[in-house]
Amino acid sequence: MNNPQIPQYRLPEGGRIDRSRPLSFSFNGRAYVGYQGDTLASALLANGVHLIARSFKYHRPRGIMSAGSEEPCAMVTMRQGSRIEPNIRATQIELYEGLVANSQNCWPSVNFDLQAIINKVSRFLPSGFYYKTFKWPKFLWMSYEKVIRHAAGMGKVATLPDPDHYDHMHAYCDVLVVGGGPAGLMAAKSAAASGARVMLADEQAEFGGTLCGRAEKISNKPAMDWVARVRDELAARPDVTLLPRTVVASYYDHNMLVLNQRTGEHLPTAEGFTPRQRIWKVWAKQVVLATGAIERPLVFGNNDLPGVMLTGAVQTYISQYGVLAGKNAVIFTNNDSAYDAAAHMHDNGIKIAAIIDNRKQTSPAAQKLSDRGILIFNNHVVYQAVGSKHVRGVNISPLNENGDKLSGGNIKIDCDLLCMSGGWTPSVHLFSQARGKLRWHETLTTFIPEKSFQQERSAGSCKGVWGLSDCLKGGAKAGAEAAKAAGFTKTRALKTPAASNHDMGDIRALWRVPQPPRSQTKRFIDFQDDVATSDIELAAREGYRSVELTKRYTTLGMGTDQGKTSNINGLAVLSEELGKHIPEVGLTTFRPPYTAQTLGAISGPERGGHFAPTRRSPVHDWHVSTGASFMPAGLWMRPAYYQQPGETMWDAIYRETKHVRSHVGLVDVSSLGKIDLQGKDSAEFLNRCYINGFAKLPVGKCRYGVMLRDDGMVFDDGTVSRLAENHFMMTTTTAKAGPVLQYLEYLLDVVWPELDVHVVSATEQWCAIAVAGPKSRELLSRITDIDMSNEAFEFMGVRQGNICDVPGRIYRISFSGELAYEIGVPSDWGLHVWESLMTAGKDLKVSPYGLEAMSILRIEKGHIVGAELNGRTTADDLGFAAMISTRKPFMGQRSLRKPALLEGERKQLVGLISLDGKTPIPRGAQIVVNPDGPTPVAMLGEVTSNCYSPHVENHIGLAIVKRGRQRIDEILWATSPLTKQRVRVKLCSPHFIDPQGERLRG
Amino acid sequence: MQNYSIFSLARNALSHHKNWTEAWRSPDPKPEYDVVIIGGGGHGLATAFYLAKEHGISNIAVIEKGWLGGGNTGRNTTIVRSNYAIEGNAFFYEKSMDLWRGMTQELNYNVMFSPRGVINLAHSDAQIDDFQRRGNALRLNGIDAQWLSRDDLKKRVPLLNMSPDARFPITGGLEQPRAGTARHDAVAWGYARAADARGVDIIQQCEVTGLKIEGGRMTGVETSRGFIAAKKVGVAVAGHSTQIFDMAGIRLPIESHLLQAMVSEPVKPSLDTVITSGASHVYISQSDKGEMVFGGDLDFYNSFAQRGNYPTIEHVVAACCELFPTYSRLRLMRTWGGIMDMSMDGSPIIDKTTIEGLYINAGWCYGGFKATPGSGWVFAHTIAQDRPHALNECFSLDRFQTGHVLDERGAGPVAKLH
Amino acid sequence: MLIKCPWCGDRSLAEFSYQGDATIIRPSDPLSLSDNQWNEYLNLRNNPKGWHDEIWQHLNGCRKHFKARRNVVTHEIADTKPMDGSLQGGRS
Repeated sequence: MNNPQIPQYRLPEGGRIDRSRPLSFSFNGRAYVGYQGDTLASALLANGVHLIARSFKYHRPRGIMSAGSEEPCAMVTMRQGSRIEPNIRATQIELYEGLVANSQNCWPSVNFDLQAIINKVSRFLPSGFYYKTFKWPKFLWMSYEKVIRHAAGMGKVATLPDPDHYDHMHAYCDVLVVGGGPAGLMAAKSAAASGARVMLADEQAEFGGTLCGRAEKISNKPAMDWVARVRDELAARPDVTLLPRTVVASYYDHNMLVLNQRTGEHLPTAEGFTPRQRIWKVWAKQVVLATGAIERPLVFGNNDLPGVMLTGAVQTYISQYGVLAGKNAVIFTNNDSAYDAAAHMHDNGIKIAAIIDNRKQTSPAAQKLSDRGILIFNNHVVYQAVGSKHVRGVNISPLNENGDKLSGGNIKIDCDLLCMSGGWTPSVHLFSQARGKLRWHETLTTFIPEKSFQQERSAGSCKGVWGLSDCLKGGAKAGAEAAKAAGFTKTRALKTPAASNHDMGDIRALWRVPQPPRSQTKRFIDFQDDVATSDIELAAREGYRSVELTKRYTTLGMGTDQGKTSNINGLAVLSEELGKHIPEVGLTTFRPPYTAQTLGAISGPERGGHFAPTRRSPVHDWHVSTGASFMPAGLWMRPAYYQQPGETMWDAIYRETKHVRSHVGLVDVSSLGKIDLQGKDSAEFLNRCYINGFAKLPVGKCRYGVMLRDDGMVFDDGTVSRLAENHFMMTTTTAKAGPVLQYLEYLLDVVWPELDVHVVSATEQWCAIAVAGPKSRELLSRITDIDMSNEAFEFMGVRQGNICDVPGRIYRISFSGELAYEIGVPSDWGLHVWESLMTAGKDLKVSPYGLEAMSILRIEKGHIVGAELNGRTTADDLGFAAMISTRKPFMGQRSLRKPALLEGERKQLVGLISLDGKTPIPRGAQIVVNPDGPTPVAMLGEVTSNCYSPHVENHIGLAIVKRGRQRIDEILWATSPLTKQRVRVKLCSPHFIDPQGERLRG
Repeated sequence: MQNYSIFSLARNALSHHKNWTEAWRSPDPKPEYDVVIIGGGGHGLATAFYLAKEHGISNIAVIEKGWLGGGNTGRNTTIVRSNYAIEGNAFFYEKSMDLWRGMTQELNYNVMFSPRGVINLAHSDAQIDDFQRRGNALRLNGIDAQWLSRDDLKKRVPLLNMSPDARFPITGGLEQPRAGTARHDAVAWGYARAADARGVDIIQQCEVTGLKIEGGRMTGVETSRGFIAAKKVGVAVAGHSTQIFDMAGIRLPIESHLLQAMVSEPVKPSLDTVITSGASHVYISQSDKGEMVFGGDLDFYNSFAQRGNYPTIEHVVAACCELFPTYSRLRLMRTWGGIMDMSMDGSPIIDKTTIEGLYINAGWCYGGFKATPGSGWVFAHTIAQDRPHALNECFSLDRFQTGHVLDERGAGPVAKLH
Repeated sequence: MLIKCPWCGDRSLAEFSYQGDATIIRPSDPLSLSDNQWNEYLNLRNNPKGWHDEIWQHLNGCRKHFKARRNVVTHEIADTKPMDGSLQGGRS
C-alpha cells in the first residue's frame, strides 16, 4: 500500500482490471488514477470518493449505491463541450484515458451545495406541494414556475450540435439471448449447439453477469474461467453473434427488439468509422430472457447517505474491480444472500462490525460467520444511518414481537460502509414489455414471470431462481426450448457443470423499518427523486390510492432509473398503508426503454441532409450550374428562379414571367406525378375515377380531369393522355403523386378487382419539360419529327415521336395559358433534351423559368394548386360544375347530394384585383367586409394565391369566398392583421388572361 | 373542502402533514343519481364539476373503470392551445382557453397552466401562406396569434436549428402566445376534488357493463358494482366510445388509434415554449420537471393497446434531433401510448343522441386535453338543458351525414389522417 | 409488428400502410342509397376491441393490398390473405 499509484481502497491484486494500464481521469476538476477495466464508480471508490451527486429535490448528498444500470444516485455529467452528456450513471461508464466527469445539480460544488438549504425546509415541501400553493396572485405563477423549472432538471443539455455519429443495423435470428450471465451463457450455448442462429447481448463490457463480481466456482475452478471458455466457444461459431456492451432496451410486438450497442462509448472519442452507438433492430424467432435480478434497498432513516450501498454491489466492487467500498462495514439484511457477501468481504479485508438481520432465527448461513467471530444481531434492525456526507455509524435496535416497532435498547455501531440487502427483484422489465403476466411470489417477496405472451421464456434469477447451479440448468433448458421452438427440433438441453446452489433462505419482508417515536428522519424509497415513506403515506392519506396515482403524485419511480430499485418497496409501503395485499394494489406498467437511450442513436443516420430523401429532377445539375435558386416542394428541390447578374429576385421572376408571354420559356416539371395505366379496362377505370368522362377520349388526345374523394371533396386534378387504346398516362400534382397512386391501387385491388388495369408510377422514368410561349411551336418544330402545325397537332393532343433524336412524347397542354407543350422523354435523356432545346432556341431567346414565374403564370390563368385544393373544396366551389358528368357513376358522386354541398353559402373560387392598383394583396389574407368591425370579424373567405401580375400590371390573387361567383365586381377587404397589411380588392373572374383560351389554341 | 394555500401548507407542515384530508371521497355508488357521467378523466370530471357549479345539479356520479385520469388525461403531451382556423372549432377552443386561465383559482388546485406560447414552424413558402391564413383567421376571431420571422425565432428558441441548409429549412413560425402547457394529472385531480366538494360521487374501479334503455329512454347503467339508475347519462370515455355506444346500438364515425408520446431524462431549462413542426410531424416542450416531452404521428393502425411500435418512435426522435441538433446526446427515458378516438373529420362530437337522456362526448382525436374545461362546460350545458350550447352545436353527430364536417386538415373521412 | 404479406412473406411493419376496416364494402350503386346508408358506408365503423379484419397495403414492397385478421388489443395477427381470400382463425 505504499505505492502512491495504488489508491487507498484498491486491493493489491484480484479483480478484472488491468493494473498494468493505469488511466488518469478527472472528476470535479481533480485528477485521479484508475485502471483499464474500471468503471468511473469503481475508480472513484478506489480513490475514496463517495460524494458524487446531489438529489433531485432536496439536494441531499448522494453516493454510489449499486454497481449497475439500476443506480439511482451516482449521476454525473460526462465529457465537455459539444460532447457534454448529462445524467450518466457513474456505475456504467467504462474508464478511459482522460475521462472528464462532473457533478451536476449543485452549486457551487457537490461538497458544498447552497441549494441543500431546501433539505432544511423539506418539511414544507411534501409530495405535491406545488398543487396546493403558488396560486395567488395569479399573474405570479409564471415567476414561481421559473424558479421551479430552474430547480428541477438535473444536468445541462449541450449547446453545440453532436459531433458523433450513430449507426443502425437490422438483424434476424432464431434465438436472441438477453443477458450474458450464467443462465444466459448456458442458454446461448444450448441454442447454438442445435445449429440455431443465436445472438447474445449483455449490458456489460464483459460477459459473466453476476459471476464477474462474485468469488464463485464452476467445476471447482474460478467461475470466470468457465465464462471465458463458453464465450470463446460461442465466438468461434459462425452463426453466433456476441454483443457485449449492448443493452436490450425495448421489446415490441412480434418479437421485435431494440438493442443499443455502445460501440464507441468506452473510447476517449469514437473516431473514424466507429459510431458512438449502434442500434440493432432485431427480429428474433425466439427470445431467452436472462436479465438477472436487482437487489432491493432497505427503507430506514437516512438510508440515502453516501456509504450506504447494496450488498451485492460491494461484492462486485471487490471481485470485479479490486476495490473496497469501505473498511469497516455493517451489513443489514433480511435474507441469506448477505451472508455469502459478508464472508466475501471479510476474506478481502473488510472488517465486519456487525450483521443486523431482522429475522428472528439465526440462519444456517450465519454459522460460518459467527465462527469467524462476527457479531450477528437477529431480530434487530438498523433504524437509522448516522453521518452528514458519509455514513459514520448506525443506530440499531431490536424489534418488538410483531416486528412493527422498535423495542428499545438502542445500540450505536461505528462503520464507514453500510451494506443493505432487502431481497432481490427479478428484472422483469422486458418480460412485461412483451406483455408477459406476472405473479406475486409470497416467499420470494417479489413478482416473477408467470405466463409469457410472446415467443419468449425466462431463465435464471429474472425468474426468481437464485442458486448458481439452478441458473445454469435453467439456462440450458431455456436455450434448448427456444431452439426447438424456432424449428431446431432435435435439440436437447446441454449438461451443466457443477456449481454451488445457495439460495437466499426465507426472507422476512420489512418494507419500512420502524422509527423511534416522533422521529422525522426521512426513509427514502426513490433515491433519485427524493420520495420518502412519508410521501407515499401522504398520497394514500389524500386519496391518491391507485398505484398509478401514487406514482404520479409522489413522482415515485419517475426518475432516470425508472424505479429499478424503488418500485417494489414503494408498492409495498402503499399496500401497507391501504391495508391491502401487494398483488391487489398492482404494479405500474413497465414502459420501454429499459435504460434511457440516446436520442441521436435512435435517429441514427437520419439527420441533416439525410433526415428525408431529397428528390431531384434529371436536369437538376443544369439548374445548379446556371445559378438557379431552389425551393423545396415536398421532398423535391425545384428551381425557383434563375437570377442574372444585376437582378433582384423579383426582377428575375418578372422577367421570366414576361418572357414566357412574349417569347418562349422552359420549365422543369419532372416532379409532377406521372402514372402509367394499361389494360383493357383502363378507360372504364378512369371514367369511374374522374368527374368527367374518359371512355370516349380518342387515342392521341389528353383531357383535364378532376378527381373527388368519396366524400365529394376534390382530391386532385391533372391530365390524362390516351397513348393507345388501352394505354394512358395520368399526371397528378407534385404533392399528390403518392396519394393518388395509392388511391388508384386501392380501387383496383379492393373496390373493382374485376377491372383489368395496371397502374404504375412513372414519375422518375420520365423527364418532363414544359415549353411555353408564343414561340414554343417554332422551337419544337426544330427538334422533332412530329408535325407541330396547329392543324396536325391540335390543343389537347398528344404525339409520340423523336425529340432531339430521342424517343418521347409531346403533350399540347398549357398551365401558363400560353401556347404551350409538355415534353416527356426518358429521364436519362432529360438533360440532353433540355440542353438541346436551349441551343436550338437561342435565336428565339428561349429562357428557363422557375416555380415562382410558373406560379404567377398559373394565377393569371386561374389554375388551381394545393392552396385551393385544400380538401374542403368541391368541384362546384372551384368552378368545375360543368365538367361533372351526369351520365356515369364516379367516385364521390353520391356525396354531392349532401345538404352541406348544396348550400348557397359555400365558398367559391374567384379572382381578386387590388383596387388602388398598387397595394399588394397580403399572403394568407382573409376576405372581409369591414376589417375594423367588432370582433369577431365575420370572414367571407380567404386568399389562397397572390402575386403581382406583370400581365395585368396589378396585384392579383385567387380566393375562395362565400357565394363568390355572385359577388363578382363587389369591393371587399383582403386583410392580414398578422402582418398589419390590408387592401381593398375587387372580386373578378379567376381568369385574368385570355379567358376564351385563344392563345393556347392559336 | 380543505383549502389549499401557502398557509394551509405551512400549518400542515407543523403537524408533519398528518392532518391533510382526502382530496376526494371514495363512496359506494348510490342506487340512483340525477346524472351519471361515464368516464373519470378530465372531460368527465369537468362535466360533473360544471353541472354542479353552473347548473345546480349535484346528485351526480362519475364512474370510472380504472383510476382517475388514467386514460388520455394522464398520457398526453400537456399542450393547451386554441389556434383553430375553422369557426366552430375556434370559438369552442377559445372558450376552453378562457377557462384554463382561471382554472387554478376556480378549483383551488394548482394545475400549473403556463402560457409559454405554442409555435407552429413553417418550413416552406406554401406553409407560410397556410399558417398566415390561419393566423389571420385567429386574429379576426379575437384569438391571439403572431408571426415570428426567422430572426424572431433565433432569439426566442436559441437551440432551434435555423440553418438554411437544414433538410427542411425553417421559414418562420406562427405563435399563439397565450397557449402553453399544464400539468395533466393535476387537471383530473383538481376537477375531482372540486366536484367532490360540491357533492359529486366519484366512483373508481367501477366498469360499465351495460346501458339500460326503456322505450328509447335512458334509465340507468349496469356496472361491475351493480345497477345505478339515472335518467341522464353522459359518456366521456374517449378511446373507448365505440364500446359504450355499442351498448346502445349506436355506431359512431370513430376509429380507435394509438398515439405514442415520450420523454427524455430531465435537464435544466432549455426550451421555454412549445414547438410544433408540420413538416416533421413532431411537437416538443419541456416539462416543469425538466423532461423534454415529444409527440408525433399516430401509429396509423387501429389499436386499443396503449403501447406502440418502434417506427413511430424513430421518426419522432429523428425529427426532434433535426429541429434541435444539440438534443442528440439527450436520452429517451420513457415512451407510452394512448388510445385516441379518431373521428372521421378530426373534430369532436358533443351532442344528444337518438336515445333520450344519453349524451355523447367523443371523437377528440389528438386534441382532447386542451379542450378539457370547455368540453366539460358545454357538455354540462348539453346534459342539463337537454340541448347543445351554441358553442357545441357544430359538434353534432349528424354532421357526417349532412356534410357539415369540421375538417381542419382537409383529409376526408379517413380516421388515421386527422 | 411483423406482417406476413401473402406475396412477399414476413416483413417489418415499416413497409406497410394500414388501409382500414375490411368489412366495409363500397356499395356498388351509391346513388340508390339513402343519406343514412351512404353515411354508414362513408363514416360509421364497428371499431371492435379485439379481432379486426382489416386491409393493409405492402406499400414499400409489392404494393398489393391484402386482408389481415389482427387483434387490436394484443396486435396478434391470426391470418393474412389476398383480397379474395377468406381469413381464418383468431376468433376464439
